[in-house]
Amino acid sequence: MELNKLTLKEALEGLKNKEFKSAEVAADCLKSIEKLNPKLHAFLAEAPTDALNYIGSATGLLKGLPLAIKDNILTKQFITTASSNVLRDFKPQYDATVAGKLLDAGAFFVGKTNMDAWAHGSSTETSDFGPTLNPWDTGRLPGGSSGGSAAAVAADMCIAAIGTETAGSIRQPASWCGVVGFKPSYGRVSRYGIVAMASSTDSPGPITKTVWDAAYLLNIMAGFDKYDGTSVREAVPDYTAKLSDSIKGLRIGIPKEYFGGGVDGKVSQKVLEAVKQLEKLGCIIREISLLDPKYAIAVYTIIQRSEVSSNLARYDGIRFGNERSEFSEEAKRRIMLGTYTLSTGYYDAYYKKAEKVRTLIVEDFEKAFKEVDLIAGPVSPTTALPVGATTGQSMFGEMQDVLVEPSSIAGLPGISVPCGFSEGLPVGLDLMGPRLSEELVLRAAYHFEQSTCWHKERANG
Amino acid sequence: MTTNNISKDDVKRIAELAKLSLSDREITKFSGELSETISYIDILTQLNSRVENLGETYEVSGLSNVFREDEVDRSRMLSQKETLSNAKNTYQGYFMVPKIF
Repeated sequence: MELNKLTLKEALEGLKNKEFKSAEVAADCLKSIEKLNPKLHAFLAEAPTDALNYIGSATGLLKGLPLAIKDNILTKQFITTASSNVLRDFKPQYDATVAGKLLDAGAFFVGKTNMDAWAHGSSTETSDFGPTLNPWDTGRLPGGSSGGSAAAVAADMCIAAIGTETAGSIRQPASWCGVVGFKPSYGRVSRYGIVAMASSTDSPGPITKTVWDAAYLLNIMAGFDKYDGTSVREAVPDYTAKLSDSIKGLRIGIPKEYFGGGVDGKVSQKVLEAVKQLEKLGCIIREISLLDPKYAIAVYTIIQRSEVSSNLARYDGIRFGNERSEFSEEAKRRIMLGTYTLSTGYYDAYYKKAEKVRTLIVEDFEKAFKEVDLIAGPVSPTTALPVGATTGQSMFGEMQDVLVEPSSIAGLPGISVPCGFSEGLPVGLDLMGPRLSEELVLRAAYHFEQSTCWHKERANG
Repeated sequence: MTTNNISKDDVKRIAELAKLSLSDREITKFSGELSETISYIDILTQLNSRVENLGETYEVSGLSNVFREDEVDRSRMLSQKETLSNAKNTYQGYFMVPKIF
């Protein structure tokens, strides 16, 4: 029996009915990793098989079930590299809050997943340790920067995974790999212990086989953390409780700017079909107009690279890590651009200007959410691109993430849910809501998912 | 004041600020690539009139001045050994740093 193919919900039911033990589920995942990882390279580190012996009496909400966790999240039990040579042999002395919460809930970490180095990318091709391949077509990329996590879920190498998103890094690989990827509101999940990229937008979140699974993991991950100064204090509801509540009358906005010429025709078509499906489920669809997302590319490029230049300044090779000469080209490029945009004489023209446009973007969404409850669009302008697509493209990530940058910049929650295929490659529907509207976003996604069969499709790996 | 052209001297100056040592090949390459990126982000000048009266948004969580009591939580302290554990060069319980002069 291939227990690695279960969803989190199925695995929990199976445990409750004593059909199998968690250690068996974990063992099947490790077997799958052994078989598929040499080709797919989703994992940088795997749990040793004798770790299975310690799962036995795990309780909590996860009862020992196996999760994969992105390698920019500090875990004491594994070397944590953020896929960079600078942290090639870094052994964390503490767990990230999110890792600790999952472990306290009984999670078994089956391994650390590959990513674009420092999360700088939307392909996982710029990992210092080699790319991850897309299980749907191994000549293609899984997306990024949480590509390893998304590929691991798509290929059933784990039951669920954890990723992080700064602008697209959960939703885009989820879309390219045909799985669910949820980016909660900024501040909903603690960033403490996560290798910082852009501190004002980084958001950890679940990457799963179903919406219910994502909601269940969010229950464990979300919540105020006094060690993260940007952590919000709002109470965490049970995100699974109201998934089946009606969505009739829910107003969904379709921004015409998100379906423009840069979006592949077949991707647009699949997403619009998904919107039609939501209409059949009782939602009211409205065309809306939002600020052209091309401006968000510029805003994000400046803000992210500025914050990166500051965040990566701590890698001095003195207290931890290797020397700065070990940074890859992409990291150096981003650090340099960010140093420039923050430097005297340029700060006002770039960084300050970007933060003003950010205000415009935030207000633009607030205005839209007076007319609609959720906003829908494609996650990515394309399906998975071939290996090598990032070569020579100094703004690849930013261009690819054009449709998710606005919501990330504004700190809004967004979910990518599978909505079909174009030439055999998965397409993701992006549903975005106002700040802290996780319940609503999950509910709409759940209804959509349950009325279709896309989430049941599996890659052959 | 914006300039779309990042010269090799600009690159050297930025690299100095960012404590990155670059080869000549990299300096030339980055001069081109950074110039390309700066050209792209100049698109924001198209919004000048729409943002002139707006303040900046540095933070979207709405929080400010998040403080905690100045109390040591011993259960979360790292021991000296743990703290030094990832340093390549230590000396009798200290981090060793390169000479500055």
